[in-house]
Amino acid sequence: MSLEFNNEQMTEFNRLVAHYPEGKQKSALLPVLHLAQDSFGGWLPTEAMDYVASLLQIQPIEVYEVATFYSMYNLKPVGKFVFEVCQTGPCMISGSDNIIAYIQKQLAIKPGETTKDGMFTLKLVECLGACGYAPMMQVGKIYREHLTKEKVDAIIVEYRMQIVALN
Amino acid sequence: MGVKLLLEKANVPGIRTYDVYRREGGYAAAEKALKEMSIEAIVEEVKKSGLRGRGGAGFPAGMKWSFIAKPEGVPRHLVCNADESEPGTFKDRYLMEFLPHLLLEGLLISSFALGSNDTYIYIRGEYAWVATILEEAIIEATKNGWLGKNILGTGFDCMIHVHRGAGAYICGEETALIESLEGKRGNPRIKPPFPAIQGLWMRPTVVNNVETLAAVVPIIKMGGEEYAKIGVGRSTGTKLISACGNINKPGVYEIDMTISVEDFIYSDEYCGGIANGKKLKACIPGGSSVPILPANLLLKTAKGETRYMNYESLSDGGFATGSMMGSGGFIVLDEDQCIVKNTLTLARFYRHESCGQCSPCREGTGWMEKILQKIELGKGESSDIDLLWDIQRKIEGNTICPLGDAAAWPVAAAIRHFRDEFEWHIQNRALSQTSNFGLQHYADPIHVPA
Ligand SMILES: Cc1cc2nc3c(=O)[nH]c(=O)nc-3n(C[C@H](O)[C@H](O)[C@H](O)COP(=O)(O)O)c2cc1C
Ligand code: SF4
Ligand code: FES
Repeated sequence: MSLEFNNEQMTEFNRLVAHYPEGKQKSALLPVLHLAQDSFGGWLPTEAMDYVASLLQIQPIEVYEVATFYSMYNLKPVGKFVFEVCQTGPCMISGSDNIIAYIQKQLAIKPGETTKDGMFTLKLVECLGACGYAPMMQVGKIYREHLTKEKVDAIIVEYRMQIVALN
Repeated sequence: MGVKLLLEKANVPGIRTYDVYRREGGYAAAEKALKEMSIEAIVEEVKKSGLRGRGGAGFPAGMKWSFIAKPEGVPRHLVCNADESEPGTFKDRYLMEFLPHLLLEGLLISSFALGSNDTYIYIRGEYAWVATILEEAIIEATKNGWLGKNILGTGFDCMIHVHRGAGAYICGEETALIESLEGKRGNPRIKPPFPAIQGLWMRPTVVNNVETLAAVVPIIKMGGEEYAKIGVGRSTGTKLISACGNINKPGVYEIDMTISVEDFIYSDEYCGGIANGKKLKACIPGGSSVPILPANLLLKTAKGETRYMNYESLSDGGFATGSMMGSGGFIVLDEDQCIVKNTLTLARFYRHESCGQCSPCREGTGWMEKILQKIELGKGESSDIDLLWDIQRKIEGNTICPLGDAAAWPVAAAIRHFRDEFEWHIQNRALSQTSNFGLQHYADPIHVPA
């Protein structure tokens, strides 16, 4: 599979790199990896990392070591919707354990797994800066806060409908 | 109602947009600074204000600014630390989300004072929508002549760039942040050299927290001396507190630092008391890294005096009986909470976030998590508590960056103040799986020796 940015993505790539001085284009690596992950199906196969290395004119290893360091980059395929539920202290004392157990039950998967239909992945993450709105999870670029069992049900239905609407 | 300097306008409809922010008096401080003040005068006002860094360490901002090296022909940079990843902390997010132009105005004044033509906001990657809000605000500010070339005809050029991180608490540490901004792993650098001499791309750099830089706006507006009159002692001005946990009204509050901890927790203007009519058991008053305190030592110092929400009072008694203001992440635990389990989640956090460069931190955080897990699961032995104590002591002070200390302190404080709860877990293995140790004596009046 050959991966390349389309024109629109290339424009965004150029905008990102333009934030840094001449010769310091490596600084754009984190933002560009976000762009690559968003563009190539939600994760970073080796080809995507090699492609980013060639665009930024750096060695592939410089990309691998960064991609493996930061928790937001997925190095394996994930479901269409990734439920990243916060499990740190403030969320835990506000009831995140129950929410995590409930999501596991409703989706019939364990943390780290993806549903058979490839729709949902469950990931347990550390504090996302939403402790006052706990329990909470991040799905894609948005935060779903003040979670209850009812809310979790509604969110699952909402995403299922989105897929139906797309097909 | 306390004084509001930062959030005063947060509820004005549309304040996120340039037009409303400007109509409400926004960018007047920037105009004053750039047109009427010299660089030295701006730094002087910030010094006089007594403003202390709001990122956690509380270092005086004006002093930090005066350290920046100014070698001929080398660009300097201001970097705004918006990594905000300390558990319990969500104040910077609030400020950026609702008042993006306030931050931009503070950044403009500070960039002018420091001579930074390219200023970066390093924002944690998960705050993607906040990054978008900031980028939209930057476009508006640029269109209206507050950013770009020759701002207000002064000859000063300034651009603000938003840089998204990608999930790593350690990138909040200023040298790790700089590494990350250079497109590398977030491994903290050995200091010296300090960023003020060799920071971003080895150029002189100042890193300040979001709230610190926003506070520059009221300081310029009212003057450093007036700002310093608010608050008490070396806790000048106002502070944002993000309150969470088992309280009725979690959220972000701006306080002037004369309010007592008790009022902050129980008054309706702030936390509104403990949720569900429960009792207060413990509190981590300044983000997950600072020592946890039982209810009695939280509300009163060991001397039996009222404890206040400011730098000095929160740390009264040192680590033996006090805590810290830290990042302002105020985490409240009610009588149903288990201290062992809470400490375990924090130990897991630090293990996950250790960058792995130094062995005491890399290995120690893993060991602490394992032992706490054992105790929590009812498999603990009495020697485990001493072992935990020993490990945290071996981490503290023996690492490249303060994350090691930040990991050690919560464990140390939990054992220091709640040792009997740990012992109960170990002596009542089966029971500890089905019930909690509860409030016990943690809220009893403190015995003050005569
Ligand atoms: C592990 C660790 C995490 C940190 N995280 C943050 C953070 O998220 N935000 C922040 O402003 N400062 C953070 N700091 C403090 C910064 O290193 C630095 O002191 C601060 O940004 C300076 O700004 P200030 O003087 O305005 O507070 C962290 C420090 C450490 C050791
Ligand atoms: S103390 Fe921990 S986080 Fe800091 S440099 Fe050492 S290993 Fe990395
Ligand atoms: S602890 Fe969950 S968002 Fe902070």
